[in-house]
This record gives sequence, structure tokens and C-alpha cells, in this order.
Amino acid sequence: MPLVENGQIVQDRYTYVGDEEPIPERVPVIVPAQRFLAEADALIRRDGSLGVGWPNDRRIGELAPWLGHLALVALKFPKFRDGRAYSQARLLRETYRFRGTLRATGDVLRDQFHFLIRAGFDSFEVKKPADAHAFAEAANRYSVVYQPSADGRTPALRRRVTATATESADAIDTAKR
Amino acid sequence: MYIYDAFDRRLLAERVVDFRDQVSRRLSGELSEEEFKPLRLMNGVYLQLHAYMLRIAIPYGTLSTLQLRKLAEIARKYDRGYGHFTTRQNIQFHWIKLAELPDAMAELAAVGMHGMQTSGNNVRNITTDQWAGVAPDEIEDPRIWAELIRQHVTLHPEFSFMPRKFKIAVGASHHDRAALRIHDMALRLHRNAAGEAGFEVMVGGGLGRTPYLAQTIKPLLPKRDVLSYVEAVLRTYNQFGRRDNIWKARIKILVHDLGAEAFAKEVEAEWQSIRDGALALEPAMVADIAGRFRYPNYATLDDGPPELAAARRGDRAFDVWLSNCVTNHKMLGYAIATLSLKPEGGTPGDCTAAQMDKLADLADRYSFGEVRVGHEQNLALPHVAQRDLPALWRELGAIGLARTNVNLVSDIISCPGLDYCSLANARSIPIAQEITRRFHDLDRQRNLGRLHINISGCINACGHHHVGHIGILGVEKNGEEFYQITLGGKADENATLGTLIGPAVPYAQVADVVEDIAAAYLDLRDKPNELFIDTVKRVGIEPFRERVYAAR
Amino acid sequence: MTSPLDQKKIKIAGPVVVTANRVGDGAVVYRSPDGGWTTELGGEAIVIDADSARVLAEAAAGDDLHAIGPYIAPLKLLPGGNVRPGNLRELIRRGGPTIELPAPLES
Repeated sequence: MPLVENGQIVQDRYTYVGDEEPIPERVPVIVPAQRFLAEADALIRRDGSLGVGWPNDRRIGELAPWLGHLALVALKFPKFRDGRAYSQARLLRETYRFRGTLRATGDVLRDQFHFLIRAGFDSFEVKKPADAHAFAEAANRYSVVYQPSADGRTPALRRRVTATATESADAIDTAKR
Repeated sequence: MYIYDAFDRRLLAERVVDFRDQVSRRLSGELSEEEFKPLRLMNGVYLQLHAYMLRIAIPYGTLSTLQLRKLAEIARKYDRGYGHFTTRQNIQFHWIKLAELPDAMAELAAVGMHGMQTSGNNVRNITTDQWAGVAPDEIEDPRIWAELIRQHVTLHPEFSFMPRKFKIAVGASHHDRAALRIHDMALRLHRNAAGEAGFEVMVGGGLGRTPYLAQTIKPLLPKRDVLSYVEAVLRTYNQFGRRDNIWKARIKILVHDLGAEAFAKEVEAEWQSIRDGALALEPAMVADIAGRFRYPNYATLDDGPPELAAARRGDRAFDVWLSNCVTNHKMLGYAIATLSLKPEGGTPGDCTAAQMDKLADLADRYSFGEVRVGHEQNLALPHVAQRDLPALWRELGAIGLARTNVNLVSDIISCPGLDYCSLANARSIPIAQEITRRFHDLDRQRNLGRLHINISGCINACGHHHVGHIGILGVEKNGEEFYQITLGGKADENATLGTLIGPAVPYAQVADVVEDIAAAYLDLRDKPNELFIDTVKRVGIEPFRERVYAAR
Repeated sequence: MTSPLDQKKIKIAGPVVVTANRVGDGAVVYRSPDGGWTTELGGEAIVIDADSARVLAEAAAGDDLHAIGPYIAPLKLLPGGNVRPGNLRELIRRGGPTIELPAPLES
């Protein structure tokens, strides 16, 4: 399962750790939520980047107090049709101001890249290699967005009222993509 | 109507490119059907019994004649020469080919039309009263707010994969012509005692297997906060709506399980944290959207012009049409004409390409180029000068759109049913057709008065049978079509769910049952102008049950 | 008429076909043992035992490129050996809507 970050397929620096196994020293790890909460005090003092894998059926607010210690949060799409992690992602970025890596895992497909990026994900465990190769193209499909989201893109509503002579709505029509 | 700007057009064009790529990847096998299905649903593409179906959104039921002509062209070019107007102010084409869809969508996009989010687990077409903007009893045009919300929820990154569909309606009058209380969320513009305008927000309505009426969770939401509040409701639903059981996945179940108060608290907490952020609506933003709504350059006219009175005296048929199909307009000298799409023996809501084209011509001449679509599956011309009504009536008659059965027993609301739909258990259209044949006599219909029949071919209730004065629900028993009959439903501000009157009756008896119910009403009403629905309320369903099941 | 979405246990009470909708245009099609799909109902598409039906259905389910949602549908045997669809839903799928369509195709 290729990992895509910054529009490229990259090696995963992180190691997933299970519920029981010893946590390796000084390497980036992703720990399951339950284990993290049980061992949080020790884990945040550990030497090495710390990531948590959070289930999509648990309030993301529970993780909020720890975000300052986390380099990465991995959220889950058990099936791509199950969109709970989109809300979790936006809450992490916009309400809790998480600035670390936000990773999408599970059933991550090409036709969701646009939504995932907008929701604040910046790391993607892409299910199909072909989709990973098409990431850049798929991610840039829409030059207009209607709503503000975690990616900070200016929604149409605001572009319209702040349009200047150099960027009026009509000019968009003829502007080069 | 709303005129698209370059941003709107660009988004639509990009959507078409996206979908064209998705279709091509489906046809090449790169996408499986399981992966493709939610994507095509997000563009309104269903697979029905015989073919694909394309559902095109008609936001708040407003169509320009340019758009209406394009729909006629689509019907001719890509379908079988007709379209079907639905109970959610959409239009459906039942015979579309997958490979031709991107081209059809590109043509629609050129006139600002699309099928985005007319299906799938996202926010669907936003509906209003079909007389929005011209009804005398509105406090303002709700369509501006419907458009603001529509844009906000379109391709929304967070709410495109919700537990289930989400239907929003917006109203702006006390009298509810948009069936607000059967929606997942409804917003009703009104003024409080101090004269401040805002939205009453209701959530948790919906029909189907477990019907509920929406409950008010916010009595007066300031206009400035409408997008953030909608966001908070959707976010709460997206996170906590059930995903384990398709029949328990709508927000109505969540509201019912938590209780309206607890649900409202959850929403309130989320809303308080976002209400002053990027979603707070600045007056300039609202003005910008409102500024692209075009209103007719109404002439200054008097009410009740002499031509009208003369025509009424001179032609009884015109007079009947006027009484049945024409309603008051907020502008002096103007009127709203409702066009029945319920011909005798016809399919409720169907309209041929030829009718669409000719109607577009009439709308250009008599209605400032605008047509409306109602959830009752009829059309309307919203800006007709009263003095033009006689001429308009004659021309409507020539294209079969002047039937005087609006709101009467043969003005039936019906889903397509088993003749088209893969979800159906039974047929609905032939039931409707037979009823219209039995009650073809217009004097008899007028004697019965306002009487709404709603027919659904399955429990998904797309025909809104729960809120029909007479509701008819198709079920299957041992391979045969049977129909449950309910009475006493209402879809307006006194929304009520109908009550089952007894065991389901077989296909061949449904029209007889309706005749029995009508006969019982005539016997039971305490005066000629007591409406059917009021008689049902007064005497209860027992007398009707007795009459219907006496011989069965 | 109830949508036959779930056929865990295959019980054959008579002749059946495996049917689906064609990807390109959604048309109703029937599976033949040679792996193709035909709009014609008859001949090789008809099977009469549960094992053959299962084999046909499984092969069809893997043919996502050509047809969507295959399932086993009943047939009714007519005197003289012909078959016709075995319930109202299958009759409508094969024959089209039972009502007249609103407009003939216009030139």
C-alpha cells in the first residue's frame, strides 16, 4: 500500500505498533488509541516521534489534550463510504489546531483525494498503486470550492466579495488554469 | 432565478470532467461497480430495472426557459422523449446510457444544470415552496437562503459520505407549501414578536419505514448564523448517525434516540465553537448571492382587469380553470398559474419534450421566461399578468396543460413504482391511472373538493404516502401486489402522519376502495364545503374503515 | 418483486436464469454458460439445477466489467416447453413498463 505525501510516493518512516508488542526505541511509531491512552504518560516522554491511530467511532475530542505531544494522527476509513473521519480531521485541524501529520488510512481511493485534502489530511495510505500515481492530477481537479475547510482555500463566497480589478469573477472564465 | 457566475460555471465544468474520467475508468474496468456506484450516485445516476436513470436537480424548483428547452433536448437526444418531475422538485430521465452521460451532463452544465447530489449519502436538492418569491404571504424570498445553503453543501469535503441522505427544505411563510416537517432539516424564515427575522430550525423529519415529523430545535436562528448552524447539524449527524443498519441511518433516528433536547445540545455545543468563524455570513456575501437573483421587471398593473372579468363571464371553462389553477400573486395585477401534469389515464408528473418546448415558448411570452416545479409534481408559471390569463389558458389547453384538477382527487402524487424502480414492491402508476379514469368527471371531482392522494410503490415512500389525505402503499404478498391504505395525513404546517385503515387490498380493488372512501366522505361531511381532510379529522377513520371493509 | 439482493441459499424450484443489468446501457441481460450476456431469454441461459445455477451466478458476479448485480431469477415453464419470467418484477424487467410511455419517439 503506497504512502503518498507532498504529491509523491514516499517511504513510510513510521512503524505501526500493536496492542501488546514492545515499542521500538527512537523510531517513529503509530500506537493504537486504547494503548496510547493507557500508557500516555510514558509514551509522551519516549524518545522518538509519536503517532496515534484513532478509530472513527470514538470522539476525537478525547485525543485533544495530547495533541501537543503527537507528531502524527492516523484516522480510519473502514470503507470509503464511511465518512466519519472527515469530521474528525476537520475538528483536529480547525477546532483543536493540530499541526502534525494527519494520515488517512484504510479504504483510501483516488476519488476521495479532493475531499481528504480539503478536510486536512496530508498523508495518505493509498489502497491502489495506480491511484497513488494519479494523486497529483486527482488532487487538483477543482479550482473552485464553495466552502471553507481545513485546507484554507478561499471559498467562492469570499472570493466574490473581495474580488479586485485583477481577480473579478468574470476574469476567472478566461484565466488560464 | 439565480444566474450562475463564473465560479458556479467553472465548478460545474470541472465536475463534468471529473465524472467523464470516472465513467471512462468504469468502462475500462479500472473502477469496480462497488467503487463506481457511490460516485455515480453523487451525480444522480441510478440503475433502475431497465436502464440507468439520471436525476437532475432543479434547485428550489426554479427553471428558466433556456433550461426547460435544454431538458426537452436531453429527453429527445438521450432518452425517450419525455421526463418525469419528482416529489423533490427534480426531473428524472429513465432511459439513459452510461457512456452518453458525460456528454449529457456537459450539455446540462452549459445551462447551469446538473445532477450533483441528487442521490447518494450527501445533502440532496434543496427545496422550497414552488411559489417562492411570488407568494403574497412570504416574509422574503427563501430561495436566496436555499442557494446559499446549496452552494455550501455542494461537494462539501466533510459531508459527502454521511450515514445516509439528507434533505433540506426552506420556507418563508406560515402556511407551509414545502412540506417542511417531513425533511431531515427544515428552515422557516419568520419574525418574532420584536419583528426580528430569523430561521426556525427543525430536524429529524423523514418518511420511509419509520416516519417522523421534524422537531424544532432552534426557534429563531439569526440569518448570519445559518451556514454555521447547518454545519453543526451535519457534523453531529455525520459523526453520530448510525451506520450499522440502512433503515436506522437517517438523522430522524438519531434525533429520536437521543431526544430532541439532547440532540439540540450536541449541535449547540458544536455551533458555539464555529459560529463566529469563517462561516459567519457577512452582509456583502448575502447581497452578492441575492444580487444574482433576477426578478421580473413587473409592469404597474391593476388587479382584476376588465378583460379578466369579461372572459370569466364569457366562458365557463375559463372560469373553472381560473378558480382551480390560478392563485394570488404578491404583485398587483399578476397571478400564479398552476399547470396540472395529471392528465386522465396519464402518469403523474410526466411531461413530453414537445410539451416542454411549447411551455417554454409560453413562459417566454407570459411569465418572464420562468417556470416552477412543485413537489406535487405539477408545474407553475409564476409571473402571469392577469390580463394575459385568457390567452394563456387557450394556449395551455392546446398542449394539454390546462386540466382543472389541481388539488382534486385526480391530482395524484405518485412515485414511478415497479414499472421503473428497482426498489419497488408494487406498481404505482397504473393505480394512479385507474383512479384518474374512475374520477374523470370534473364536476364530480369539484364536488369532492381538495383531496390529496399519495401513492408509493415501496416503504421508501418517495410518493410521500404517509402525508397524503389518502395514502396508498404498495406491498408484496405471496408474489401479488397489495396496497395498504392510510387516511388523514397532511403535509402542511399541521403535518400529520396518516393512519392505516385495515388490511392491505389487492391491486384490482384499490380504485374501488378510493371510490368507497369518497362515497363515505360525501355521506359523512356535515356541510358541502367541509374538506375531506377535516371530515376525517372530525369523525375519525372508523366510519371509513367500516365502509371499505364491509364487503371485503 | 422484493429486490432479490441476497441469495445465500440457492433453492431451485424450476428453471431459472442468472440475470443482471448491462454496464453500458443498463439493459436487462441473461447469462449464458459460455460466459456471455444476452438480451434474449431462452436456450442455454436457462438452468434447472442448483449447482449449475451457483456456478453460473458465481462466474457472473466476477464479470463486473460487463454486467451489474447478477442474481438468480425464477422462470415459469409454459405448456409447449417455452419459458417466461417467473414473477411480476422479472416480467417488467424483460418487457418494460406495463404502462404506455408518454410520447412516441419524435423525429
